Amino acid sequence: MRRSFAPWVKPDAKPLIRFENVTKRFGDSTAVDHLSLNIFEGEFFCLLGPSGCGKTTLMRMLAGFETPTKGTITLGDQNLAGVPPYRRPVNMMFQSYALFPHMSVEKNIAFGLKQDGMSKDQIADRVGEMLRLVQLEKLARRYPSQLSGGQRQRVALARALAKKPKVLLLDEPLGALDKKLREETQFELMDIQHELHMTFVVVTHDQEEAMTMADRIAVMDHGRIVQVATPGEIYEQPKTRFIAEFVGDVNIIEGHVQGQENGLWRVKTSSAAVPLTIDDPDEVLHSGQAVAIAVRPEKMVIQRDPPGPSAINVLTGEVWDIGYLGDWTVYRVKLATGEILRVTRANASRFVENPIEWDEQVYVTFAPDAAVILAE
Amino acid sequence: MTDRTLTRRLSAGLVPAVPYLWLGVLFLVPFLIVLKISLSDPAVAQPPYKPVFEWSDIAGFFSALDFENFILLTEDDLYFRATISSVRIAAVSTLLLLLVGFPIAYGMARAPERYRALLVAAIILPFWTSFLIRIYAWVAILKPEGLLTQVLVAIGLISEPLDILNTETAVYIGIVYAYLPFMVLPLFATLEKMDDTLLEAALDLGSTPWRSFWTITVPLAMPGIIAGSLLCFIPAVGEFVIPDLLGGSETLMIGRQLWSEFFSNRDWPLASAVAILLLIVLVVPIVIYRDVEARRLEAHR
Repeated sequence: MRRSFAPWVKPDAKPLIRFENVTKRFGDSTAVDHLSLNIFEGEFFCLLGPSGCGKTTLMRMLAGFETPTKGTITLGDQNLAGVPPYRRPVNMMFQSYALFPHMSVEKNIAFGLKQDGMSKDQIADRVGEMLRLVQLEKLARRYPSQLSGGQRQRVALARALAKKPKVLLLDEPLGALDKKLREETQFELMDIQHELHMTFVVVTHDQEEAMTMADRIAVMDHGRIVQVATPGEIYEQPKTRFIAEFVGDVNIIEGHVQGQENGLWRVKTSSAAVPLTIDDPDEVLHSGQAVAIAVRPEKMVIQRDPPGPSAINVLTGEVWDIGYLGDWTVYRVKLATGEILRVTRANASRFVENPIEWDEQVYVTFAPDAAVILAE
Repeated sequence: MTDRTLTRRLSAGLVPAVPYLWLGVLFLVPFLIVLKISLSDPAVAQPPYKPVFEWSDIAGFFSALDFENFILLTEDDLYFRATISSVRIAAVSTLLLLLVGFPIAYGMARAPERYRALLVAAIILPFWTSFLIRIYAWVAILKPEGLLTQVLVAIGLISEPLDILNTETAVYIGIVYAYLPFMVLPLFATLEKMDDTLLEAALDLGSTPWRSFWTITVPLAMPGIIAGSLLCFIPAVGEFVIPDLLGGSETLMIGRQLWSEFFSNRDWPLASAVAILLLIVLVVPIVIYRDVEARRLEAHR
């Protein structure tokens, strides 16, 4: 049922949050640069980018802590310009959690509800509900200083969810957790979001986190959005070299377009003797154009025996490094040009007869549709 | 046992002993002497009280001690009124200091970081001038034809000279002026450490800036508020110079009473009894504070 959720492809769908041509400057530096973006109701939306790309500023403008220098932000039918943070139907989970140290867990969760003038019984019910949701019933009377990092994270989440905001903002929600806990919490966040039918906007620099949780990801760089797409599209059809390199591992082979044959692009490179054949029909290219070919490591095949004469996209080199990761083995293959390719192979069986060793001469091949052409 | 562990053991025992030694020699021993004098009787002699301690007649010495002076303190309501008046003046001054000091400390904590050291220096700068001179300067400012009257007449706010000097108002002005750094610095220290995102979180959860101030800033500044208040209240209760120079004859304060018993009446035993009374008045709030603090820490554990 989750798979059919894609309001952004429906032309008549009305977005919940609209950034229109938003710019934010701090003195001379531009944090967000003429940015437009639509986020739909019920979406789990990730803002992904390296630090300093403007993703946090974008979120803080939505929460009301920063005012756009130019442009408008609308939530539903409401223009948010001039609306102070305490009047926005938006709640935020802070990166540092920002739990009130002088209040117990339940007081922290009740804080926002009290501001709305709810009755005591209603508040108690809602706090109980939130504590159950994040499984912290037993710790209601503890103070933040008496909790572990993971428990604090849950309190922060419960506090931000308690008011049932239209949009929940999460600033690096899992940044302070260790790896195992982070993975568990990722799935929990997804479950909670699904259960509450709330719109989540997450800021993260961790591509794995974004890929796991998001319905759509907006990749940001230098205050602009480079691509907004589903995790699959971002990974398999990155628009730019920056995205290809930022999200996952990738091998980049530079070359020049030679022409098109049977709908396939032929690209001449210094890495391979024969021009490479790439199946990327959406690209509009002209002969002689400088391009980069991006191939994910798991889409390359490494072998010791020479492929047949009809094989295409064959690169030769020697094994420079082997990294055994358990589920995968990573081979770093050095080509004659000095370029190093990263090729991974799933360890599908427990024993491999005569495995590829260091310094061996190997052949690396990939299918035409395994690669993406990125125009420079 | 090697030499090294011996040294370590010795130093581990000696280092904590230093503050105890200090307190013992410079506080406990003088306190016991004052306590002893307060239990003695005045005498025309050198020193002006008896009995004087002698090893030869310890039993006779102890039997000559009595609570006469303390009984006298309860019989003459002057001392009671002076104590109440001192506590009242100190309490009102502390409240005024909080009202004046909190915005200053808050402003300092919110100032850009590069100015903060400068602002702290500005707060303690008056200490470079003698306390006595600064209080004398207030005499010149507050007297009927003084600077304050001149300025206010010049800008047309008043036509008659102000009659502030030698009133309780002047004492409040003097105490607030002189003690302000002791209020501002501890407040600044706690406010500066405060995490700004807590206020953002409060705003985000729907609390107005004003309510956030009362529900987040003030409770978290409580250690600073308490420390600053104690640092001001305790010395203000026993303050002598400010009420003597700025206050009128009707400004009753225990410090002045103590001074006159000592120097005008030359009644050392009674003066000592007043000193002990003052100490009790001052120790009680500290004990209460310690108790509250201990309970707060307990609650967080």
